[in-house]
Amino acid sequence: MSWHEVWGQIFNFEDYGALLGLVRNSLIAGAVLGLVGGLAGTFVVMRDLAFAVHGIAELSFAGAAAALLLGTGVAGGSIAGALLAAALIGVLGARARDHGSFIGVLMPFGLGLGVLFLSLYKGRSANKFGLLTGQIVAIDTPRLSWLLGTSAVVLVCLAVMWRPLTFASLDPDVAAARGVPVRALSPIFMLVLGLAVAVSVQIVGALLVLALLCTPAAAAVRVTASPVLVPVLSAAFATVSVVGGILLSLGSSIPISPYVTTISFLLYGVCRAAGAVRARRGWTSRPASPDRRAVPA
Amino acid sequence: MIRLQDATLAYGDRTVWRGLDLHVAEGEFLVVLGPNGSGKSSLLKVLLGLRRLTSGTVTVNGRPPRRGSDLIGYVPQHTGVVPRTPLRARDLVRLGIDGHRWGPRPPRPETRRRVEAVLRDVGAAQFADVPLEQLSGGELQRVRVAQALATDPRILLCDEPLLSLDAEHQRIVAELADRRRREHGTAVVFVTHVTGSPADDPVLPLADRVLDLGEAKVAAA
Repeated sequence: MSWHEVWGQIFNFEDYGALLGLVRNSLIAGAVLGLVGGLAGTFVVMRDLAFAVHGIAELSFAGAAAALLLGTGVAGGSIAGALLAAALIGVLGARARDHGSFIGVLMPFGLGLGVLFLSLYKGRSANKFGLLTGQIVAIDTPRLSWLLGTSAVVLVCLAVMWRPLTFASLDPDVAAARGVPVRALSPIFMLVLGLAVAVSVQIVGALLVLALLCTPAAAAVRVTASPVLVPVLSAAFATVSVVGGILLSLGSSIPISPYVTTISFLLYGVCRAAGAVRARRGWTSRPASPDRRAVPA
Repeated sequence: MIRLQDATLAYGDRTVWRGLDLHVAEGEFLVVLGPNGSGKSSLLKVLLGLRRLTSGTVTVNGRPPRRGSDLIGYVPQHTGVVPRTPLRARDLVRLGIDGHRWGPRPPRPETRRRVEAVLRDVGAAQFADVPLEQLSGGELQRVRVAQALATDPRILLCDEPLLSLDAEHQRIVAELADRRRREHGTAVVFVTHVTGSPADDPVLPLADRVLDLGEAKVAAA
């Protein structure tokens, strides 16, 4: 196959207008998903939960695969799997130090279960592949309502607990002293994160959720430390990645995930470079070595 | 301000301390010493309402301790922040005022003013907009003192805040607590480790009294 043909398979904009009408639902889903992923991702970065996101995604994949086999809704299956994983991680791996190895135990188990269910499934193979690497054309209206409903729950929960969760993520002891229910907040956030993962799995696939739930926020914190700008930028990056990915992938026969992950990775690269420049120039103007300064009397 | 009577704290069948009688008055500086596991931090948790006494009574400002009271400021041990934490010094201080509240809300004007004022108070105004990650250990602890003072507390609890700071910053942070009690009559309970000779210690010379939980008795300093 020549380069030209490969290029034609990756980018193909014939009949673009007609195609655009077909993916209206997908574009709505993508925009909402970007918002959810970008905002939840802020805490994934702050609480160092990237590995947990990946673990939850594998069990969400297993749930979706089971639902596919049983002929029940994939959406329900992925949510059930994600919530189960989130609850297990929240309860059994409550302390950060236990997290890593417990997720490492959970992840291959979930992936293995998913492979089992997919092997037993006799339907279209595109459905199988889609759970791992994402599918966008398959968003019909009932599925879109599921997705929007779940996303709304995630967004409301995040808005309500944003500040106490920030406090508890930063300084759990001080937050507890101030009356924040730190120990309850951690598993509750894990469940909310589980829902966010479940909706992402349905669009970008289980293997690639981190492109929505980690990369955009990781990019945002490279260029600013403002607690307002970081979630705004992160949500914007995630939305641009998903919607941009859908628009670019329309005419091609390739799943959307490589487009989404590439855009999101490029944004990260740009932010990283910009952050490095900012750090070299001095992040903020402050007097040289204020350490030497004594406390004013 | 603080009164414990015949207070006993036990975890299961291990008694941490027993029969503790303690009264801390307004403007008093109490230093708490003791080896690891002698229940220094647990004492602070009891005062914060995060842990119950096994027996005996405790009152803070005449009432049983209540979680999240504005009357109490709390300064933790120095721990670094997770890299790339999207918060600046002024955001940390603001959390001390309304970080426990649910729901989104931009800071009120009086919250902003208060944040500026306490940052100035502890000499941290010049790095108010610096990300937490880029602050030195001493600067970060100064900002944490500002956070603890943000609600204008009448009691300041310090849980080994000097740990892993250099001598200069140990002195600065200890003096911030001391100045607070002299200027505002805030009672200070300062948990610390004495490492060098007592004369060189940054905290002991400030103490009105010392509670040694290793020996469980209150001595005049």
